[in-house]
Amino acid sequence: MEHRSALERPDQPTRMCFWRSEAINKFTQQNLPACKPVLTPTWVILTFLLIGTIFIPIGLICLHASRSVVEIVDRYDIDCVPEQFKSNKLGYIKDSSYPKNCSRTLKVNRYMKAPIYIYYQLDNYYQNHRRYVKSRSDQQLLHGLGSNKTSLCKPEQSNNGLPIVPCGLVAWSLFNDTYKFIRGKSELNVNRKNIAWKSDRDHKFGKHVYPFNFQNGTLIGGGKLNSSVPLSDQEDLIVWMRTAALPSFRKLYGRIEENLHANDVIVVNLMNNYNTYSFGGKKKLVLSTSSWLGGKNDFPGFAYIFVGCYCIVIAIVFMLLHVKNSRNTHVGYN
Amino acid sequence: MRGGIRRKLKLSKLYSFRCGRSSMTDDDHSQIGGPGFSRVVYCNEPDCIQAEIRNYGANYVRSTKYTLATFLPKSLFEQFRRVANFFFLVTGILAFTPLTPYTAVSAIIPLIIVVGATMIKEGIEDWRRNKQDMEVNNRKAKVHQGDGVFNHSEWKNLRVGDIVKVKKDEFFPADLLLLSSSYDDAICYVETMNLDGETNLKLKQALEVTSFLNEDSDFRNFKAIVKCEDPNANLYSFVGSMEFEEAQYPLSPQQLLLRDSKLRNTDYIYGAVIFTGQDTKVIQNSTDPPSKRSKIEKKMDRIIYFLFSILFLMAFVGSILFGIATEDDLENGRSKRWYLRPDDSTVFFDPKRAPSAAIFHFLTALMLYNYFIPISLYVSIEIVKVLQCIFINQDIHMYYEEADKPAHARTSNLNEELGQVDTILSDKTGTLTCNSMEFIKCSVAGTAYGLGVTEIERAMHTRKASPLHDENVNGYDHIKDSTDSKSLIKGFNFKDERIMNGKWVNEPRAAVIQKFFRLLAICHTAIPEVDEETRKVSYEAESPDEAAFVIAARELGFEFYKRTQNSISLHELDPVTGNGIERLYKLLNVLEFNSSRKRMSVIVRDEEGKILLLCKGADSVMFERLAKNGREFEDETREHVNNYADAGLRTLILGYRELDEEEYKEFNEKFTEAKNSVSADQETLIDEVAEKIERGLILLGATAVEDKLQNGVPSCIDKLARAGIKIWVLTGDKMETAINIGFACSLLRQGMKQIIINLETPQIQALEKAGDKAAITKASKENVRRQITEGKGQLTSSSRSSEAFALIIDGKSLSYALEDDMKKMFLELAIDCASVICCRSSPKQKALVTRLVKSGTGKTTLAIGDGANDVGMLQEADIGIGISGVEGMQAVMSSDIAIAQFRYLERLLLVHGHWCYRRISSMFPQLYQEGVQNLLFSWRRILSWMLNGFCGAIIIFFFCTKAMELQAFNNDGQTAGRDILGATMYTCIVWVVNLQMALFITYFTLVQHVVIWGSIAFWYLFLLIYGAMTPTFSTTAYKIFIEVLAPTPSYWLVILFVVISTLIPYFSYSAIKMRFFPMYHETIQWIRHEGLPNDPEYCEMVRQRSLRPTTVGFTARLAARTDSLKDNNHNHT
Repeated sequence: MEHRSALERPDQPTRMCFWRSEAINKFTQQNLPACKPVLTPTWVILTFLLIGTIFIPIGLICLHASRSVVEIVDRYDIDCVPEQFKSNKLGYIKDSSYPKNCSRTLKVNRYMKAPIYIYYQLDNYYQNHRRYVKSRSDQQLLHGLGSNKTSLCKPEQSNNGLPIVPCGLVAWSLFNDTYKFIRGKSELNVNRKNIAWKSDRDHKFGKHVYPFNFQNGTLIGGGKLNSSVPLSDQEDLIVWMRTAALPSFRKLYGRIEENLHANDVIVVNLMNNYNTYSFGGKKKLVLSTSSWLGGKNDFPGFAYIFVGCYCIVIAIVFMLLHVKNSRNTHVGYN
Repeated sequence: MRGGIRRKLKLSKLYSFRCGRSSMTDDDHSQIGGPGFSRVVYCNEPDCIQAEIRNYGANYVRSTKYTLATFLPKSLFEQFRRVANFFFLVTGILAFTPLTPYTAVSAIIPLIIVVGATMIKEGIEDWRRNKQDMEVNNRKAKVHQGDGVFNHSEWKNLRVGDIVKVKKDEFFPADLLLLSSSYDDAICYVETMNLDGETNLKLKQALEVTSFLNEDSDFRNFKAIVKCEDPNANLYSFVGSMEFEEAQYPLSPQQLLLRDSKLRNTDYIYGAVIFTGQDTKVIQNSTDPPSKRSKIEKKMDRIIYFLFSILFLMAFVGSILFGIATEDDLENGRSKRWYLRPDDSTVFFDPKRAPSAAIFHFLTALMLYNYFIPISLYVSIEIVKVLQCIFINQDIHMYYEEADKPAHARTSNLNEELGQVDTILSDKTGTLTCNSMEFIKCSVAGTAYGLGVTEIERAMHTRKASPLHDENVNGYDHIKDSTDSKSLIKGFNFKDERIMNGKWVNEPRAAVIQKFFRLLAICHTAIPEVDEETRKVSYEAESPDEAAFVIAARELGFEFYKRTQNSISLHELDPVTGNGIERLYKLLNVLEFNSSRKRMSVIVRDEEGKILLLCKGADSVMFERLAKNGREFEDETREHVNNYADAGLRTLILGYRELDEEEYKEFNEKFTEAKNSVSADQETLIDEVAEKIERGLILLGATAVEDKLQNGVPSCIDKLARAGIKIWVLTGDKMETAINIGFACSLLRQGMKQIIINLETPQIQALEKAGDKAAITKASKENVRRQITEGKGQLTSSSRSSEAFALIIDGKSLSYALEDDMKKMFLELAIDCASVICCRSSPKQKALVTRLVKSGTGKTTLAIGDGANDVGMLQEADIGIGISGVEGMQAVMSSDIAIAQFRYLERLLLVHGHWCYRRISSMFPQLYQEGVQNLLFSWRRILSWMLNGFCGAIIIFFFCTKAMELQAFNNDGQTAGRDILGATMYTCIVWVVNLQMALFITYFTLVQHVVIWGSIAFWYLFLLIYGAMTPTFSTTAYKIFIEVLAPTPSYWLVILFVVISTLIPYFSYSAIKMRFFPMYHETIQWIRHEGLPNDPEYCEMVRQRSLRPTTVGFTARLAARTDSLKDNNHNHT
């Protein structure tokens, strides 16, 4: 009888001890002090009003932030296939003997303040496929050949009896289109450093791990890696290996650290290397500034405003009902 | 030898009617040796070869579910009989194959925890049962070891044929054949309360041939062979014969002492063990403990099945789509999604073997989505139940200080059922009453004496004092004065200064008072026992009410201290001198009490030589026997008796008559003749003779004995009744007793129409005399059917008026009413009655009635009882509650929850039950009536919670993906990958789930705050800690919060938005419901909130709405009384 012993010991040695047994007693007797909020009309109306008055301004701010972002999107996967290969895109992309270079012209509509982020966007590309996601070895990425835990990397685990670094489908399918930007006569400087998360560079990809036996197989997937650069410095690989959640995704390619002015014309010289044709994926090039909220997306702003308005409306409806029926209390509703 | 005086008594001579007579017919005995009657017992030679060949079982009794060897397989089997557990076992095994989408350990650990915890619980529960078994099996009994030496031996070691010596107040260790007792005529008294709940003592008598075995040494050469029936469950039959000294003697139930009954009023007996252990009648009567499952648990299973079907559907559709997509990956040998390497794939993703890939994917999907089946639900529910058990066990309001007995929830399965009880089936003795009779009031010479307060009066008074009912009903003003009426003397609670302490001599009718108490001191069959040292006299009587009379007489100055074969001696107060004198009354005849006579008389000759007939009996038979000149106080007495009866007291009318010598002589001749007749109708003859002498009585007064209710029983019943719970009383007692208790508990009241079903009609009795069994059965059945139909007729004819009905049925009729073709009718009748009382019902009948109510109404039943005779009922009911009272532990051992007093039922059901039910229901996604009608756990509710969850999931998924889809996630230009989106969504889920809970629960204590806010905080803490671990372990979660999420405004904005928007639908819904369609408990919250409880009119309004009209309980009684008062007033004006 725990509670009895708690009750029947009047000479409690310390206050603390007393408080504790008292608390246990209150718990077992289910006597804890409680507050019982009741959803009274006043509370409900106030809550809705409060949500509304907070949400609408937030929505406006979000919308403003989103609208302040300038974004240029250019799909190039179809246009960059020469006319004669339009019916056989796959043959074109797979045959390395055909030149893959392609030139696109982008027009800047609004002033874009540096830094301007360069993304490539893929659609209908399932980086979230179960097999694909698993097909990597974090051990190997960090510790290099010393790690033997590469069974997950199948079938890109080894080649000619030698292990592949970095192994796995993710690394093997590395995106390898490249872009060069020319404004007027001069090439715009593209900064491709610091595009990956710092923690990835420092702790997930080894500083002393160098690509080995990579893309040496009969079947070559995506891009190749410079085997003299450690993985921690191969930032496009690092970015690529943070797999996307959805089949449409953008990945950071680099930064233009110059302002672009309205009506600037930018010529993009790109190498259209990556095969999205076999599975009908799209490739897009995106230039975008960013705000404190990130890139351009009106959805959060509109959603905030919508929910805020809904709350205000509900509050008003409730208020009307409450005023109308305040004389009859709820008991009357039967 | 102890009890020497008594040994001279041939008590069987005292009894005119029933001693030692067997009602067996010869044809039963002819079956001995045939099939079903093959048992042969070699008394006093348990070791002989013939006995060993037969090898009857030992006296070991086991009530545990498992043994050490069977525990593991059996309990594992039990565990995996649960579909969900089995499913998790299968997925757990699959998790070790490459199919698994996650690591095997994460799949198997929860299962091990769940199953392990439940098994440990089962194990502990069974261990406790085992300990109790050990206690019983290791009790000691004195067994003949040969050579006339009796030594202590453990019960479990008894063998068939052993000779056992049982002493006073000991239990019989097995079914024994009574051989002899401390009385010369080998009778003994037996208390069978544990078997059938009857409180009066049963008289057993051994065969005359063995009654000489009075000493231990007499058994040195004793030998007998008993042939009898095989073990069976019938408590009231025993067919056998004994071969003793080359003669055959028939045996009857009169010689059989049953295990679990108790020896009373007899110093010792010798008996031969006939049935041991599992063969004993009481164990044969007990059914296997059924594994009970609460309705919520059953429904939970159905929900789980439902979830399973959804899960399978999801997995099925998913796997088909997967199969199609996979097959599509390879087109004419060319890889489409080349980055997946479909050309070099395992079977799980191989486009060439797409169907098998789809099948494997189906299994994977099952594993992946098995979070859909809440395995943690079982664990959570288990934890909640354990906590609830602790709450119940620790509740100080259910702790019975006098006996140091807290409530004890023995199985945690059924806690929430407590909140749904619709019908309570209650035992009477030991449950409603304390099984003690107290002399409390009397009416002598038309004057009412006795100021003691009965429980019902106290309860009604308290109730009346409440502000809502301050009608003025006269006559209960004295109640306040006599507050603490704890009587110091057992069986005596009489307080009246006018006649106590010898003051009765000053009363105007002192002579009548003298005769009254003298009658009480003489007219009984009790035996006095004088303590050698203190000279105090105590009594041993057949029933506690008889003891109460003798004690009352003693306390008022008429001390009965000695009984011999034909005399009774009293210490009396001489009203003239005021001194105590000794008086001797010659006992001439005793005319025994029986249920048809409803009275008993003694004929004595006092010291002056006058012959007196002293008679006490029920009012129904006594008033008609009064002489013309004996009716002086009739009207007053009648009024008093009615008042007493309404207060639930047992009343008896006392009358006397002087006989002249001639008359007595004539009577005595006829009486002796009748007693000595050997014809079958001897009883009738005696009855007729007695009938003739018991008339022309002079009324003295009436007594009122309280069959003491346990504390707080009426108010508890009242509250339960007001909560809409029906209460049935199932008792082994006589009908009169049961009705009295009905009145005492306010289950019955004056003005309630009683539908009494019994078979005591002249027609049936005539048939019984004729002895044609088939005819009796047929006629009885017809009779019962007719009575039920009539009862129903009465009910329908008065269905408009608010008249309440009570159904009272006796055991014999009940056995017919429970037959298949009639039970439906009976149930319909019973349900429409406000109270139902079944009297003289056997343990089996109790269980059958319980089953009938349970299956017939489909509602939750609760049985409460304290004796072994209630075990069947407790096991049959949805919830069995044992009263851990004074008597044996059988009821407690087979109960689900044990409490010390009936009144704790109120708190158990109305407080704990409701809470448990609410809490368990909330594990998914009036107050009391919400439980009874199962409002909180209906399919609609479950589905709407699921819908709510589904909407929440959709909102979270789409809003998160929409808000974070393509564009940069922060102002550094990085986009949100799988890791970021996942963490954000999960954060949303954690917030939504916990806030949803906060919105749902009705009150917050510290615990709720800690749990809800703590869970949210814990999630962030987890992100931090897990993110700080080495990246090879934490992979995508590495530093996710600290580096990525926390510094990013869009993360916080998305969280805020998604969480609030997900909650808005539920919030709007509950606000609307609370405002316009509140449930009872919400209405009450309103009242509390608006501070309206002080407005009685308002409260009454709410109460009207939430309460069913109650028809039993003292509230109803008060209401009825007020109504009738109003009617009277109306009529007067």
